[in-house]
Amino acid sequence: MKMKALFIAAALAATGAQAQTIKIGELNSYKVFPAFLEPYKKGWELALQEINAAGGIKGRKLEVISREDGGNPGDAVRVAEELITRENVSVLMGTFASHVGLAVSNLANQRKIVFVAAEPLTDKIVWENGNRYTFRLRPSTYMQVAMLVPEAAKLNKQRWAIVYPNYEYGQSAAKSFKNLLTQAQPGAQYVAEQAPALGKIEAGSVVQALMDAKPDAIFSALFGADLQKFVREGNIRGLFKNMTVFNLLAGEPEYLDTLKDETPEGWWVTGYPWAEIKTPAHRKFLAAYQAKWKDYPRLGSVVGYSTMYTVANAIRKAGSTDTEQLIAALKGLEMDTPIGPIVYRAVDHQSTMGAYVGQITKKGGQGVMVNWRFADGAHFLPSFAEVRAMRKD
Amino acid sequence: MGSVPFFFMSASSILIQFLNGLASASSLFLVAAGLSLIFGVTRIINFAHGSLFMLGMYLAVALAPMLGFWWSVPLAALAVAAFGALVEATLLRRLYAAPELLQLLATFALVLVIKDFTLWAWGPEDLLGPRAPGMDGAVRIAGLRYPEYDLFLIGFGPLVLGALWFLLRRTRWGTLVRAATQDREMAGALGVNQRWLFTSVFALGALLAGLGGAVQIPREPATLFIDLQIISDAFVVVVVGGLGSIPGAFLAALLIAEIKSFCIGLGYSKITLVVEFIVMAVVLIVRPWGLLGRMPAQTRGPGALELPLALPSRNALVALGGTALALALVPLLSAGYTLVLLTDILVFALFAVSLHFIMGPGGLHSFGHAAYFGLGAYGAGLLLLKGGVPMELALVFAPLLAVLGALVFGWFCVRLSGVYLAMLTLAFAQITWSVMFQWDAFTGGSNGLIGIWPSSWLSSKTAYYYLTLATCVGAIALLWRVLYSPFGYALRAGRDSPLRADAIGIDVRAQQWAAFVFAGLFAGLAGALFAFSKGSISPEALAVPRSVDGLVMVLLGGIQTLTGPVWGAALFIWLQDVVSRSVDYWRAVIGAVVLFLVLVFPQGVTGFLRERFAR
Repeated sequence: MKMKALFIAAALAATGAQAQTIKIGELNSYKVFPAFLEPYKKGWELALQEINAAGGIKGRKLEVISREDGGNPGDAVRVAEELITRENVSVLMGTFASHVGLAVSNLANQRKIVFVAAEPLTDKIVWENGNRYTFRLRPSTYMQVAMLVPEAAKLNKQRWAIVYPNYEYGQSAAKSFKNLLTQAQPGAQYVAEQAPALGKIEAGSVVQALMDAKPDAIFSALFGADLQKFVREGNIRGLFKNMTVFNLLAGEPEYLDTLKDETPEGWWVTGYPWAEIKTPAHRKFLAAYQAKWKDYPRLGSVVGYSTMYTVANAIRKAGSTDTEQLIAALKGLEMDTPIGPIVYRAVDHQSTMGAYVGQITKKGGQGVMVNWRFADGAHFLPSFAEVRAMRKD
Repeated sequence: MGSVPFFFMSASSILIQFLNGLASASSLFLVAAGLSLIFGVTRIINFAHGSLFMLGMYLAVALAPMLGFWWSVPLAALAVAAFGALVEATLLRRLYAAPELLQLLATFALVLVIKDFTLWAWGPEDLLGPRAPGMDGAVRIAGLRYPEYDLFLIGFGPLVLGALWFLLRRTRWGTLVRAATQDREMAGALGVNQRWLFTSVFALGALLAGLGGAVQIPREPATLFIDLQIISDAFVVVVVGGLGSIPGAFLAALLIAEIKSFCIGLGYSKITLVVEFIVMAVVLIVRPWGLLGRMPAQTRGPGALELPLALPSRNALVALGGTALALALVPLLSAGYTLVLLTDILVFALFAVSLHFIMGPGGLHSFGHAAYFGLGAYGAGLLLLKGGVPMELALVFAPLLAVLGALVFGWFCVRLSGVYLAMLTLAFAQITWSVMFQWDAFTGGSNGLIGIWPSSWLSSKTAYYYLTLATCVGAIALLWRVLYSPFGYALRAGRDSPLRADAIGIDVRAQQWAAFVFAGLFAGLAGALFAFSKGSISPEALAVPRSVDGLVMVLLGGIQTLTGPVWGAALFIWLQDVVSRSVDYWRAVIGAVVLFLVLVFPQGVTGFLRERFAR
């Protein structure tokens, strides 16, 4: 009873404080996926510092109230409720895992507040389950697969084996790959499909099973620890000798850097070759990031940085923090990011952020991307008609 | 659209997959053997065993660049053993006299602390260790390349099995361990120094866990996820093999690793998500004490006796009524976040009380209670979204899905007892989880179901809070009332003395089954309320951590008390909310708080208060 009285008192005290700042609510699974989210946090903190150093928005500083969401939808929804009701934030941003992102997006729709999803890759957050309050920055699973497929079709390999972690991201990556490749190359066959549980791949057995199928090429959506196990077993057992491999996301420093001297040669990947991007926008970002954090940026850093700027630019364009005006401002919002200009499409609230497509190789005991080019996300999205059919609004 | 053709494995790939299974079995055996030893002697369900494995991995990865891989393995294992001894001597030793399962709470807290320590010490990135020097390549077997290191592992597992066999069968220490495994009280009565024995067994178990982790580093990276993954695999192996049986653990590790290997080889990789739990469920149903286990000796002494559940005094009833009334007045003070938090607390209080109903008075320790919570939540979501049923009716009928689950699972579970029962409930929960996780078209797969909101008249926070308050208070009152009905007395009789209960004509199993279903109903109701308060539901609602949360709430509040689970739930949810908001390493802080509570209030917080006032 005493405890309850205490936290009621605390709740009342917290609502009393009111400043001139614009409050942004941020939530993410910091302690669940720290490898990806520490760089992400450094990214948005850098952007926040820049925005406020430049005088904020119409003289009002931005204030980010950041929370741990525990990595599960139930807690994330409670945290988001706290940000909305107790902290009175104007906008929500963040989340990493797709199911958490979808749950918060669904809450944003119910509570009528704008939510900028930063990391989730699921196509559903802008399509099947899209709603008018949710906007998403990163190129989705579908988009990144679509970026790889032209390269895959060019090689004209007949027998494809597919391996992916057994949850929505992996399933939809595999499905999109088969759909898109079959469109581009009608004779393609899919001779094996391995779907190990996320984080629990029995790599030796999976490698052997793939070899049994005698494929000409492999499409993989593995990442993290699964990817590392798969690469080491495949290297030792000779799976990758004279084998064409496409691996979604494997060029992202978060995943590539852990492979070190196991980095396989010549795999096609999507990723972020941070050391080699020479555009003025990226140079400026890189210099500022390294000066502040004494570390190099990961892809998460770019995502965090760009998410923060998305929110700031939307508020600036809207001229207020009113939800309806923010939605109007975000629809069609054009802005720069360290990896090129983007537009938030009015039709589905997906940004046209792109990714880098290239091959990986080993240089000085480290994996790096070579032969890369930038794939603009705008070119890898379904038509407006297809999107409208998927969205219910 | 191409599809996956079913192809038969060639003889050479059958051989390779068999060897793959053997190699995986070895490291699984090491960690399971340690868990089994510790349980056999100390009766501790060491939830932190996976964390010891993880420590072994990180230590070996850190030591390998300095000392070379082959030296890093034994040193990492010894360091983990020393840590294990320290934990036993300073922490667990204080808890042997405490009620059953309390050590579980302490080891759960250790999991949180060790995870955050590892993050702090070694950073967030996965660390891939070196290949083993001298065994970094492959040999040709039947025309295929097979890693040399895997051959080493295939030999290493049986070597450790042999060493353990020698230790247990041919040394005086081993004789004492076996005596204590068979009958702890008798060994103590005959003058065996239990302190020293327990510490050494725990250290040996930790050594095996650390060793299992260290020898894995050429095959997989050290990650922060590995602790919970390994612990669930190890539990399964130990239970399938038979608790306390080292050869059983080896056999079970082999069985499970080979089944997985051939599922993958034959193209059924998706089933590896859950196959070990299916194996466990089948083994427990067919051979209730595992493949090579024996029926456990009856524990004697005060550990098993529980105080009779007294009727709450008039003052206590007035206080409870007052609390409910105070809760009803909260919306007058605040219509904001307080209501959101209280809604969560009420839902989990109901969940914890329903778990306590079968765990405490029922004596059936369930490690898979989240299954019924999740079934209720999915029931609500499916009725609303797929069935087109109005929200009010969905809320009423959703718990029936949980009842259905409890009817089926309970029928099997009440045929077992103790840890075996607990593990069977866990297996059923995992199987249910995997169905929800995989059945994309119906349950939304890993993303779950989105858009489960209450009807408009209930959609304000205040209205939904009142709905939750009325439902939860009513349900909790009913659950408590039933404990003092003839059914409740019969249930407790069955727990305290099954033989006597049977002799006076109580059908103990039927009582337990009914209790299981009754508890499932209310867990399902809590789940349905949860779904409508969050607007969405995903497989995490019935995953292992949710079941563990329930256990923590019950144990924190005090399993032998009536109202303890309510206060345990409130404390745990409130603590998570406050700590995760204000502290960076919040898991470690929660772990430390739980450890503190366990050491200071081994009877649970409410149990402690009751003892104080009883004096």
